Amino acid sequence: MTAVSAESGDRAASEHAPGGASPLEADAERAWARIELSRHPDRPYALDLIGRCLEDFTELHGDRQGGDDPAVVIGLARLHARPVAVVANQKGRSLEERGRRNFGMAHPEGYRKAQRLLRLAGRLQLPVLSFIDIPGAYPGVAAEERGQAWAIAQTIEAQLTLPTPYVAVVIGEGGSGGALATFLADAVLVMEHAFLTVASPETAAAILYRDAGRKRHAAAALRLEAQNLVGWGIADEVVPEPRGGAHRDWDGAARLLRPRLVHHLERLIAQGVDAARRRERYRRIDGLATPEPDAGG
Amino acid sequence: MGPLVAQPVEAALTGRPHPITGAPAAARTAWTCPACAAAQPLAVAREQLFVCPTCAHHARIGARQRIEHLADPDSFAEWDADLAGRDRLAFVDTRPYAERLAEAQARHRMPDALLSGAAAIGGHRVGLAAFDFSFMGGSLSAAVGERLARAAERCATLRTPFVCVTTSGGARMQEGVFSLLQMAKSVAALHTLADAHMPFISILADPTMGGSIASFAALGDVIVAEPRATIGFTGARVIAQVTHERLPADFQTSEFHHARGLIDMVVDRRQLKGRVIGLLRVLAAPGGRAGTDASAA
Repeated sequence: MTAVSAESGDRAASEHAPGGASPLEADAERAWARIELSRHPDRPYALDLIGRCLEDFTELHGDRQGGDDPAVVIGLARLHARPVAVVANQKGRSLEERGRRNFGMAHPEGYRKAQRLLRLAGRLQLPVLSFIDIPGAYPGVAAEERGQAWAIAQTIEAQLTLPTPYVAVVIGEGGSGGALATFLADAVLVMEHAFLTVASPETAAAILYRDAGRKRHAAAALRLEAQNLVGWGIADEVVPEPRGGAHRDWDGAARLLRPRLVHHLERLIAQGVDAARRRERYRRIDGLATPEPDAGG
Repeated sequence: MGPLVAQPVEAALTGRPHPITGAPAAARTAWTCPACAAAQPLAVAREQLFVCPTCAHHARIGARQRIEHLADPDSFAEWDADLAGRDRLAFVDTRPYAERLAEAQARHRMPDALLSGAAAIGGHRVGLAAFDFSFMGGSLSAAVGERLARAAERCATLRTPFVCVTTSGGARMQEGVFSLLQMAKSVAALHTLADAHMPFISILADPTMGGSIASFAALGDVIVAEPRATIGFTGARVIAQVTHERLPADFQTSEFHHARGLIDMVVDRRQLKGRVIGLLRVLAAPGGRAGTDASAA
């Protein structure tokens, strides 16, 4: 099997390696190197990019239902003078902050905090900007006890009824349902070394190979290259990063990202968006839908 | 993700050789409870809907059995019988996905893990969908998502309630982000149903996990679960491995979620149809919004 070309959309089944072997080791190593870049400890996190791309950011707190999850940051800001509402997954940098922010993994209160931000944006007619960087939903007893699955489902629903323009950018890890909770925008950007995945490569490997150690192979098989999301119609654009990756130059990364956020936000405001059109986008996401399903028995 | 081990109940009913022992179907006249190992004559087990008369364990049943149980005799007319998905990622794990899928399709004589169609339940016209856990863990492929979405949309058009019985391990890893996005697609389609003011009755059977419970399954207007079904976002084994937390005794059972206000009722399978009819008497009452005399047919 050859390396996945950046422009490839669908790949024919005939391109399977002879004998249906797993992806070649070289593919696996390449795929894993990309994952490590997206998880690089010096990579700019959401607040680093928010501080560099937006003006007048004021953080808000709490889901108004009894919780305030530090793994999700919400607030108000301006982008190129335009007022916006902001929601972001936030990882921690120091040992203390990483613990406090639970390595960026939201609890149910984090999803409800995002819902609160979406309601606020709808009421105040503010466009929404979302910064996604989440390893995945948190695998913990408390998260399950407090209805994590219900919280994610309701956040998906809230995104699909938001009446204002909505731009999302995956800045690092886009792990599973946790990422989807703030992904379903009218314009979706993906930074060059960021990814969206159905499950972390470790989890996927545990399910597929019953061996989390085969995460490299899972990463290759899942085809996590950012450009694929554009080819498949799931994302609109890949945002380039400074040479070597965003961790080398935060200011440079923000200089590349900011104009693309402005471009898409202004484009959406000019063309006008509504929730019905957004729902249509995600209804038709995989090309299986026919325009007029036969409504009969 | 829940365990991907299928119960051989479907095989027992379809007259195929036993999947493990290879014994001919005619030789199998007894059913052994997978929980307490008590043996029953197959006829008794069928009459009890594969709920063990000794220990009340609810064995997993296939989509066809589920429909046979809930729908009035001869009322079920399948929708989208030929709608199958495709191997968009040319995915290979220990085997090519295309091969795995073709084998499951042949073995189950279903295009994917969900059957849907028009049906009557206690004389009330409904759209009825049922997952089959023995088909690749009832996982949420693009084809499953599409069938689910079309079923919900047809219910909106036909002005009938939508009843869905879920038993699903969650996302289908082999379809990568296309599987993940089915969470959004299904919720978008449910919005169409809600716009038509038609009810969605979500029935959760063992197991309902991951992306399925974190999207459509959690958004029922009424949520019903079978006793002791495993329901949750992250599987208990993963939670224990990652966090080393002690899991409560009833962790992620129907009863656990019912006690926390996430599920409306826990209903024995032998009473399930009666309870659904009770709901439909209110929700699909003539003169109500979901009248049974819709002119579209």
